[in-house]
Amino acid sequence: MFYRESGQYKTSYRADQAIFTIPQDRVFFGLLMLAAFIGIPLVSTNYIYTALLIPFLCLSLAALGLNILTGYCGQLSLGTSAFMGVGAVAAWNVATRIPDLNILLVFALAGLVTAVVGMFFGLPSLRIKGFYLAVATLAAQFFLPWLFVKIGWFTNHAASGVITAPQITIFGWSVDTPMEKYLFALGVVTLLALAAKNLVRSNPGRQWMAIRDMDIAAEIIGIRPVVAKLTAFAVSSFYIGVAGALYLFVYLGSAEPDGFTITMSFQVLFMIIIGGLGSILGSFLGAFFILLVPIFLTRVPPMLGFDLSTAMISHMEFMVFGALIVIFLIVEPHGLARLWQIAKEKLRIWPFPY
Amino acid sequence: MAFFFEVLIGGLMAGVMYSLVALGFVLIFKASGVFNFAQGAMVLFAGLFFVGFMELGVPMLLALLLTIAVMVLLAGVIERLVLRHLVNQEGIILFMATIGVSFFLDGFGQTIWGSNVRQLDIGIPTDPIFLMDGDILIQSFDLWAALVAGTLLAALVVFQKTRIGRALRAVADDHQAAQSVGIPLNVIWIIVWAIAGLVALVAGVMWGSKLGVQPAIVSLALKALPVLILGGFTSIPGAIIGGLIIGAGEKLAEVYIGPLFGGGIENWFAYVLALGFLLIRPQGLFGEKIIERV
Repeated sequence: MFYRESGQYKTSYRADQAIFTIPQDRVFFGLLMLAAFIGIPLVSTNYIYTALLIPFLCLSLAALGLNILTGYCGQLSLGTSAFMGVGAVAAWNVATRIPDLNILLVFALAGLVTAVVGMFFGLPSLRIKGFYLAVATLAAQFFLPWLFVKIGWFTNHAASGVITAPQITIFGWSVDTPMEKYLFALGVVTLLALAAKNLVRSNPGRQWMAIRDMDIAAEIIGIRPVVAKLTAFAVSSFYIGVAGALYLFVYLGSAEPDGFTITMSFQVLFMIIIGGLGSILGSFLGAFFILLVPIFLTRVPPMLGFDLSTAMISHMEFMVFGALIVIFLIVEPHGLARLWQIAKEKLRIWPFPY
Repeated sequence: MAFFFEVLIGGLMAGVMYSLVALGFVLIFKASGVFNFAQGAMVLFAGLFFVGFMELGVPMLLALLLTIAVMVLLAGVIERLVLRHLVNQEGIILFMATIGVSFFLDGFGQTIWGSNVRQLDIGIPTDPIFLMDGDILIQSFDLWAALVAGTLLAALVVFQKTRIGRALRAVADDHQAAQSVGIPLNVIWIIVWAIAGLVALVAGVMWGSKLGVQPAIVSLALKALPVLILGGFTSIPGAIIGGLIIGAGEKLAEVYIGPLFGGGIENWFAYVLALGFLLIRPQGLFGEKIIERV
């Protein structure tokens, strides 16, 4: 009733190619952005920023990056967390070695460095696919953190091996409080998400999807797999690298380079499976969901009168994640994003089902 | 020179342990095309149940039988709840589903039995053996592990010749053709997963008596993946030889190349070796070369 596009005619190519072709969607998205930029800062507390919103933004950016590679291009990667580490270390190095550089440039450079590293580890994808590639990315996962720890240059020979992010200052605005950090991260994530949305709708994105659906057929209609796969690796790694830099600068503050473990890689993979493979929206929904599960598990059983030990909760977390992955793959392979789509369809014909 | 041999033999023996895990991967991959990421978790799961039963005072043989029953039951449950619903899905979807299974088993086993390191002693002697006038030291436990792996390999090869073994190979070749000559797919899958469960049990007992049964086994078992890349995903001898190469390679690299980089290269050497190998010979040493045509 409220969500109906009858009578809305597109009269120009511009209108046809808009991201949100239906005014209701545009209004909804506008309201969402308004809520995110103005509404949340009005009501949120520091705890919510640091425990939920800031990690949510960082990890959803990483999930977005992985989704470009896995969801759109069909190349599985288990090395996400290592690439986030590359981004974090690169951003830290750029920021320390070139002081006074605009922070956005720092992040962009960190992303570019990660893109190059990602392309290198993506090279085997030209000859192999599927789980073979997963093993190749596992090599990155174990090799890169070791490299950062062993080669002192990466951490500027810090005795403790810990890198501490410098103060973020952008155009004279120094980002200090959790709220400011949240807004900064939100700005970066919004920009990159819009770019990604446009990217996957245009030529590169369509090439990736063709490769994903059937690589041989894609090659025959004139798509060069080498270019398509490597650009997917590059763009995906760029996003993951920026996510890693954000994670260090905005969320962690200081980190050990080998703290980017395989557990986080799996976490990001779970985000896109649950959120929806091949969906920008899904990356965000999945990240939110995966971050909420542990909070839910630590908060709810005590309320119901069960007193679980921390070890028990972490085991339960494993079980819940594992079960959720299997359930989603069986019941709704396109994840939460697809559920959202179905809800919209239902809303369109409501209250008359036909 | 003696030192070199000692390192080499130590590495080969460590490789045997990787091979034990890799065998389970190959079995399932050959028979169902599923790349079973959960094999490592199954090793821990089997080990936990075995050691758990033993600690409850169950005699060893009975504990073994009970654990076998658990693993067969697990195979049935996985087939019924997961695989059956994912027939005809792409390999990568099945792979991700087994990652989910892996996490579930990991959490489930530890919820029941706890996450402490448990010592497992099944009476394998652990005294050192000296060769070449005492120049080379070998753990007799490692020899036993090699013996067990050899027996397992022989049993699997013999099994391939049996009626069920032939059915398994038929399913591996072509699901549809196998079904049309009357081989029940679901039953075959349960059998394969049960056998992989038994291999996991053997691996779990061996790893467990060497290192204690502990959650770290799951991540150690990940090293079976480069072993597979090296040996080829479809080859049982490949799994063994790949394991030996990886085991020996990483120990030798750690001892001879490691000091140049400050050590610790054992953790990633296997993966990078596999990465390099993928670029040169993607099908592995013994794998079947896949030629794709439209």
